[in-house]
Amino acid sequence: MKYLVLIAYRPGGWEEASDAQRAEWMDDHNRFHATVGSNIVAGEALAGPDAATTLRHKDGQPTLTDGPFAETAEMIGGFYVLDAPDLDTVVEWCRILPKGYSLEIRPCISMDMSA
Amino acid sequence: MTADLDRIWRDEWGRLLALLVGQFRRLDLAEDALADAFEAAARTWPRDGIPANPAAWLLTTARRRTLDRLRAEAMAARKEPLLVVDARTQEEAQRAMADPGDGPAALTDERLRLVFLCAHPALAPEAAAALTLRLVLGVSTADLARLFLVAEPTMAARLTRARKKLAVAGVPFALPSAQRLAERVDVVATVAYLAFTAGYAPGSGPDVVRAELAGEAIRLTRLLRTLISPYDDQHRSATAHLDALLALMLLQHSRRDARVDANGALVLLPDQDRSRWHGDEIDEALTLLGPFTEAPSPHDRRTTEVLLQALVAAEHAVASSAALTDWRRIAGLYAVLEERAPSPAVRLARAVAVAEADGPQAGLALLVDLDESLPHSHRLPAIRAELLCRAGRGVEAEAAYQRAISLCANEAERTHLIARLAELDSGQPRGR
Repeated sequence: MKYLVLIAYRPGGWEEASDAQRAEWMDDHNRFHATVGSNIVAGEALAGPDAATTLRHKDGQPTLTDGPFAETAEMIGGFYVLDAPDLDTVVEWCRILPKGYSLEIRPCISMDMSA
Repeated sequence: MTADLDRIWRDEWGRLLALLVGQFRRLDLAEDALADAFEAAARTWPRDGIPANPAAWLLTTARRRTLDRLRAEAMAARKEPLLVVDARTQEEAQRAMADPGDGPAALTDERLRLVFLCAHPALAPEAAAALTLRLVLGVSTADLARLFLVAEPTMAARLTRARKKLAVAGVPFALPSAQRLAERVDVVATVAYLAFTAGYAPGSGPDVVRAELAGEAIRLTRLLRTLISPYDDQHRSATAHLDALLALMLLQHSRRDARVDANGALVLLPDQDRSRWHGDEIDEALTLLGPFTEAPSPHDRRTTEVLLQALVAAEHAVASSAALTDWRRIAGLYAVLEERAPSPAVRLARAVAVAEADGPQAGLALLVDLDESLPHSHRLPAIRAELLCRAGRGVEAEAAYQRAISLCANEAERTHLIARLAELDSGQPRGR
């Protein structure tokens, strides 16, 4: 099964962190990659919400606005798509990631586009 | 006949359900099919006699029903999400069902798997509690609704959502790894205690005690204790936790017949008729607690919390009358508990014990900082009122009782508080 792991954290965390802290976070991600290996289908770090642009349709017209689609206390900073047999496996892997993260774990579903 | 079938239901439901789930990977179909099978048994066994192997009969019937439903779904081109069950488990379940023999051969720890499936942290605790009782013990949706104080369709919807979440999110029908076992047992224990407290002291509604739900939670905890033993670590941490939990439940449960009087009104602990306490349950609990006090060893925080609460309950249980209660000892236990796991509820309980041991002023002193932490609790003003009363501070006591009454949602407790206020007003405080 494929799972999306959305990574959220308090904005500014990285900028305010010490070198030692940043090194620790990098370590966590490295261990994550080493453990999960080829079960990582995709994964990216994201530029901050300041760099986001949102597209919606208003009155039938596509409209762009500056910023993320939701202003929240935590910002989405990255994601992984993982291939795992079950939820418990994903959770076990996610425990390796930095403790300051809030992680939303969502199963991907297959949409039958042919019907 | 009904008694026989009831017994078979209680003993076999969880195990048979687990086998069906293992093969067919569908909670909803498994439950429906097994329920249908029991219904069929209720209809045909009085006529044809109880089969030589009742469990096998039920399982075969349920299996047939499930296959019928699956065929119907295939025709309707419906696809329900399946539970994650590894191939080997599925094969074992299939074999276990195909081979009648002397009884359905066990799938390895099928019931334990079921417990860990439903009492999973991915479910909200209340949903997990209801689903666990339903799937592992076979408590009906109607009974669950009544016991958790919701309408039946609400409970049915809650269970459906929970089943769906388990399947869609891929919660496995499997035992947790050895490394994670104690942690997961913790979650199950929380679920069991949630079910127990829902029966023991409901927050709202007229009943003081719903002994049935508490009894089912105890049954669940017993089952879990039995099943977990082979998997426990060398320190027997999971078993220790469950022993302490079971002791606590038994001690609280043992008082069920004394908590209400003939009119259904609440009877507080000091006023309870102790001859109505269930001595056999108390004895069992004390036996469970023995090893903890005879050979104390360090336990994880959660076990320590439960153990301390059980030891407090044990102090009450061994006192043959309220006057003989060792309040100093209880206050000491609460002091330790407050150190390990501080909470406003613990502080409240400690204040009561200290008041009994050292007088109402000492107890009141401990209540001073609590209003912020417990803004909606009726228990805080109620206890404060009681202690103010004992300290001869009638005017303040009255105000506190009024506040408690305005905050209390449980009818039985509310009635009791109103009566206490009336006693106070009439200038006849109860002698202590």
